[in-house]
Amino acid sequence: MITASDSRHAPPMAQADAALDVESIRRDFPILRQTINGHALVYLDNAATSQKPQVVIDAISRYYAEDNANIHRGVHALSVRATDAYEKVRITVQRFIGAAEPEEIVFVRSATEGINLIAQTYGRSEIGKGDEILITTMEHHSNIVPWQMLCRQTGAVLRVAPINDDGELILDQYEKLLCDRTKIVAVTHISNALGTINPLSEIIDLAHRHGARVLVDGAQAAPHLCIDVQALDCDFYVFSSHKVYGPTGVGVLYAKRELLEEMPPYQGGGEMIQSVTFDETTYNDVPHKFEAGTPNIAGVIGLGAALDYVNGIGLDRIAAYEHELLDHATHALAAIPQVRLIGTARHKAAVLAFVVEGIHPHDVGTVVDQEGIAIRTGHHCAQPVIDRFGLTATARASFAFYNTREEIDALAAAMRRVLEVFA
Amino acid sequence: MIDLYDLYQELILDHNRRPRNRRKLEDPSCQAEGYNPLCGDRVTVYLKIEDSVVTEATFDGSGCAISTASASLMTESVKGKSLEDAKALFRKFHGMLTGQSIETADGPDLGKLEVFSGVCRFPARVKCATLAWHTANAAWEKRETVVSTE
Ligand SMILES: Cc1ncc(COP(=O)(O)O)c(C=O)c1O
Repeated sequence: MITASDSRHAPPMAQADAALDVESIRRDFPILRQTINGHALVYLDNAATSQKPQVVIDAISRYYAEDNANIHRGVHALSVRATDAYEKVRITVQRFIGAAEPEEIVFVRSATEGINLIAQTYGRSEIGKGDEILITTMEHHSNIVPWQMLCRQTGAVLRVAPINDDGELILDQYEKLLCDRTKIVAVTHISNALGTINPLSEIIDLAHRHGARVLVDGAQAAPHLCIDVQALDCDFYVFSSHKVYGPTGVGVLYAKRELLEEMPPYQGGGEMIQSVTFDETTYNDVPHKFEAGTPNIAGVIGLGAALDYVNGIGLDRIAAYEHELLDHATHALAAIPQVRLIGTARHKAAVLAFVVEGIHPHDVGTVVDQEGIAIRTGHHCAQPVIDRFGLTATARASFAFYNTREEIDALAAAMRRVLEVFA
Repeated sequence: MIDLYDLYQELILDHNRRPRNRRKLEDPSCQAEGYNPLCGDRVTVYLKIEDSVVTEATFDGSGCAISTASASLMTESVKGKSLEDAKALFRKFHGMLTGQSIETADGPDLGKLEVFSGVCRFPARVKCATLAWHTANAAWEKRETVVSTE
């Protein structure tokens, strides 16, 4: 059913200096209205995936109810409408990350697939035996394993730039690891396990001076920071729709046009070709060369609605508000003597990881869940960085602009309950 | 509403605070390592088996309260049992936690292990409770493979 009128679900108007109307924003997210174990749901697992506003849910059902057709291959009205809607999102994404042209935006399945695509196309064609790929200690498994696989295939070597006890990249050690064999630097914009915001401009600048290309894993940054890929001058940037209030199953890969032109295709199939005979195939132009098969059309349209929604609020205001939340949470948890914060970088966003003396994170997670509070516990798909801190797991609260100070106070209160249970 | 203390019963909290038999065995007949990738828990189980009787059972490793208490209580309950009885206990314990306990109604008495009956209402925690048991099972099966190939 698609009865919702556009005006009711229109995103709040962006007003640079006005505070967020969080109560009104919360009404846009139907999932937040429920209770868990008798308590109002407090969703603090946003780094794993974000919740979806009604406009995103409506955009997807409206597409299936009104416009569903395959794209780029029909002359009929529905196909034209579906193609238009899909291609319009490419422009929305281009603007969202400051890319020079919409053709530099490739729709994939996830941030993970974006990284694998680069490793298997750019990587396979440009990297050889003895070349080096440089990552950091704080990478998510999806920015480690594809490079390990590439190293195994090509005989290249994986190097890892270390971090300090606050969870910050040690820049001069990073610089020392760069050499003329370094072909790719793959680095996260924001660490999902620590919340650290990396100094991308320096990282990219140094890499380019050594002739290396830079892939930025923006999975955690897209929901929290204004991204400008041209100002950063990164070569590749990836993020996932589902972490930026859009649906699962869609990811974005940005690459500079000249790189996309040179790269061999990733998968073969329909859509990515211009002409096919049994002897020869001519590939389609970018970005379609990298979008083999029928894509996740509804998902891409949902992502478009999510980015419109985020733009409507304004990433500057979102970042400012979330920073306040992070400050408040940091103080609230640091006030509990048994709590140790993991990840205390000077520049952080939206993630608060911690351990409690003598109590396993898993038990912390279960007790706070009884109070309706959803946090993540475990290694957060970033085992090496958890190891770096001598741990096997942490608890992590991660924030979105629909969270409130009261919810953080509820977490702090639930932490006292944790201490009671395990006293 | 589920009560937290259905899960964290006093006996469990006690075995978490003061785990029994938490030490490495110097000359085990068999040992195995268990890993729960979900929470990063690791446990090693050491068994001494003489004339098909488990004469010694210890563990070491780090984990959450449920997995630590379960490892501790596992070592207490298999020690002194015949290997047959220990295996039957594993099957019954596993059945209780995964909700397949009907056909094992006439198996061995679970005794203290009944304190874990509340865990099945916390599906995310079932693996914590069964980790040490799966590891013990791997240890004694490994011994049999070794024995059978000799
Ligand atoms: C930093 C980082 N990179 C990559 C990913 C992978 O995202 P996805 O699973 O959507 O591909 C995540 C998701 O957890 C992440 O936090």
